Amino acid sequence: MTKLLTHLERLEAESIHIFREVVAEADKPVMLYSVGKDSAVMLHLARKAFYPSPPPFPLLHVDTTWKFKAMYELRDKMARESGMDLLVYHNQEAMDRGINPFDHGSLHTDMWKTEGLKQALDLYNFDAAFGGARRDEEKSRAKERVFSFRSANHRWDPKNQRPELWNLYNARKAKGESIRIFPISNWTELDIWQYIHLNDIPIVPLYYAAKRPTVERDGMLLMVDDDRFPLKPGEEPVMRSVRFRTLGCYPLTGAVESTAATLPEIIQEMLLTTTSERQGRAIDHDQAASMEKKKQEGYF
Amino acid sequence: MSDATTTQESAYQTDALIAEDIDAYLEKHQHKTLLRFITCGSVDDGKSTLIGRLLYDSKMIFEDQLAALEADSKKMGTQGQQIDFALLVDGLAAEREQGITIDVAYRFFATEKRKFIVADTPGHEQYTRNMVTGASTADLAVILIDARKGVLTQTRRHSYLAHLIGIRHLVLAVNKMDLIGYDQAKYDEIVADYTAFAESIGIKAFTPMPISGFMGDNITSLSENTPWFKGVPLIEFLETVEVDQVADQSKPFRMPVQWVNRPNLDFRGFSGLIASGVVKAGDSVRVLPSGKTSTVSRIVTLGADLDEAVAGQSVTICLADEVDCSRGDVLSVADAPPEVADQFESTIVWMADEEMLPGRPYWLKIGTQMVTATVQHPKYQVNVNTMEHLAAKTLELNAIGVANLTTDKPIIFEPYEANRYLGGFILIDKITNATVAAGMLHFALRRSANVHWQALDISRETHANLKNQKPAVLWFTGLSGAGKSTIANLVEKKLVRMNRHTFLLDGDNVRHGLNKDLGFTEADRVENIRRVGEVAKLMTDAGLIVLTAFISPFRQERQMVREMIAAGEFIEIHIDTPLADAESRDVKGLYKKARAGQLANFTGIDSPYEPPVNPEIRIDTTNMTAEEAADIIIERLIP
Repeated sequence: MTKLLTHLERLEAESIHIFREVVAEADKPVMLYSVGKDSAVMLHLARKAFYPSPPPFPLLHVDTTWKFKAMYELRDKMARESGMDLLVYHNQEAMDRGINPFDHGSLHTDMWKTEGLKQALDLYNFDAAFGGARRDEEKSRAKERVFSFRSANHRWDPKNQRPELWNLYNARKAKGESIRIFPISNWTELDIWQYIHLNDIPIVPLYYAAKRPTVERDGMLLMVDDDRFPLKPGEEPVMRSVRFRTLGCYPLTGAVESTAATLPEIIQEMLLTTTSERQGRAIDHDQAASMEKKKQEGYF
Repeated sequence: MSDATTTQESAYQTDALIAEDIDAYLEKHQHKTLLRFITCGSVDDGKSTLIGRLLYDSKMIFEDQLAALEADSKKMGTQGQQIDFALLVDGLAAEREQGITIDVAYRFFATEKRKFIVADTPGHEQYTRNMVTGASTADLAVILIDARKGVLTQTRRHSYLAHLIGIRHLVLAVNKMDLIGYDQAKYDEIVADYTAFAESIGIKAFTPMPISGFMGDNITSLSENTPWFKGVPLIEFLETVEVDQVADQSKPFRMPVQWVNRPNLDFRGFSGLIASGVVKAGDSVRVLPSGKTSTVSRIVTLGADLDEAVAGQSVTICLADEVDCSRGDVLSVADAPPEVADQFESTIVWMADEEMLPGRPYWLKIGTQMVTATVQHPKYQVNVNTMEHLAAKTLELNAIGVANLTTDKPIIFEPYEANRYLGGFILIDKITNATVAAGMLHFALRRSANVHWQALDISRETHANLKNQKPAVLWFTGLSGAGKSTIANLVEKKLVRMNRHTFLLDGDNVRHGLNKDLGFTEADRVENIRRVGEVAKLMTDAGLIVLTAFISPFRQERQMVREMIAAGEFIEIHIDTPLADAESRDVKGLYKKARAGQLANFTGIDSPYEPPVNPEIRIDTTNMTAEEAADIIIERLIP
């Protein structure tokens, strides 16, 4: 009569447990929603954790104004369907100074995302923020706790983390401190895709291959998503069959040439592929252990 | 010597199915189970190399990571021109420079049959806490031994810890077999050594295997280099061993309630992760601690209701009757509920730099219950290298000891040996909020069942009304010589003149009687204050206004007393005098003695004073007389 739970059922149960612990113990939680596939799974898990209630916290999108159009469309649709409040935050200073990924390089990420996130958390007084980071994404994340404490100025101290035993999470904190919580820490990229497949979870169409206008720059295929894309002399957008393995700001996100137009085909391609997911993101290439540095400074 | 790496494709498979029929592949892989395990070994046992090898062989490493790995191997590898798998798993930059892993890291890989989560923890003695953390969620432990060195102190330590945490499956991986020429006799000798040790600490079974993480022997397939080895390769063992989730189902049903789901007046569900057993719609269940019974009416999840749910699932359960149930309660099978008690024997693993203070109140979290707990002096500490029992007054970082603990209200529990999730707890410092310890409850002490509160016919209200006053504790705190006793005496005189019934507990006087067995160590000071707090509490029950004059230097202990006393009756009065002033008065000549080194642990000199953050009353003695101070206090007390 024993029922063997599958690995996805076990991961799901663990994530739901984490969502509920935070809601039971935190004062004002929020879920960071970046519209990517990990966010899609997070949203599904949150709805499942509290059903039939809607998740008792809002969604927060720290926007850079440079996301793909298709991402904004899905974001608004999912917020409506889930019955959750959607808060969109723009860093006013970045807006005023016209910070953009073409001219400002890593300052773009720093101001829009890192600073923007801190400002938004401070503005709304959120003391707990759910994020979709996974331990398999990058070496420094393998050691990240599920509950990650940030000082009042949002810094992360990798040497001073609380031990997490069994499924007991210590959510107590001083005034001003906040927690970042990663309910899908133990999921891998393949788990995410399989779960999306099994549960029919809506994702941004950019994950599926289609003919899209692209230019090749520094070894990355970039999609010309709108007319803010400054073409260099001689550059001409070319229609290529491409898809994205990860989604961020369109000028910073590399596409891969692909014909995978269904979920099974995407998974197939992923399993046969030979480069890791984060390679499509410019942010990691700056320096060795760059993600760890960014995290200490407050990037998610 | 055959190159084991070239013979490994079969076990992991890049699976022809992926290319040929992805739907069939997905169907197959959606039914994988999950095994969590921990690898234990020291820096030199080749642990990181083994994990790197598992990831590498299971195709969890991509080309760009491999390219980075090759570059890193040349730059800082320890394997010459060979790929150094260990670099794959050493994470944080600082650690990479030191060349050691200093925390728990979690890694993932999968085979045809299972997904694996590996907790990678260091073997250094000072990191006992990391290994205990990693082991707490593991179904299995791989104990690595360097074949050239055999069973070492650290091997015994790792095995003891794995056994302590209750890991049911142990693999003894005798690694680096290539470096001893795959010598069977040497291997047998190591296994025999280990068997003797394992039996001595109560390990009932373990599975030995000769491997080489570096060369790949007996990892994914049996190696030609060890034809004498009759077991199965490591991966096959990991793929087939029984996971705890299965064993947990055979135990009685228990679910700690995390959250009450109440979207509207028509729906009330209890959400939680099932800790053990199986629950079906229609089952009779009991709510603890109230003991009320009801019937499961629905098991709700998004999508569809379930007919039954098992250990390891997160669900929402609706009951047929309106019974009180909230976070911290436990739903249990009706006829075999867990125990409820408030005094226990426990094993405690101390995880903080600051040592344990017996008597100090800590938060204790067990399941979804959060209570205040105090730990008594340890009965003994365990030397994790020799398993000897040592006498101990306290527990320091990475120390493991057995001690009794008391909670401020009864908790629902099961012995850890019977149920990890109702027997495992953490202790949290009330001021810093750090997780300072992990522990395991063994059994309830008989005393808790036998000591009952005597129900009293004359209530504390009756006592207070008879005296026509509201009881209170005026808690004077401050440096020695600040003027606590002087001001407290004046306040008491004034109160008596106003026909109030009072009693003054003075530090020096109490130490001559009630507390004459206590010294001035941090632990004794905690106990001193605890006793005074209890006496003050009894006196407020008798309706008195109690004045106490104690240095009471620690915030935590004043907070402890505040929590003992009825709400609103604890009035903290900080007699705030600069150290220099108090020292210059030096009425009792104590500062002089302390400065001369004749008096140890003297507050302000070699022991800290933690001033109150938010006292009800603060008296600045630099700008008022004792008489004025007393008037201010009276005014606050009797407006």
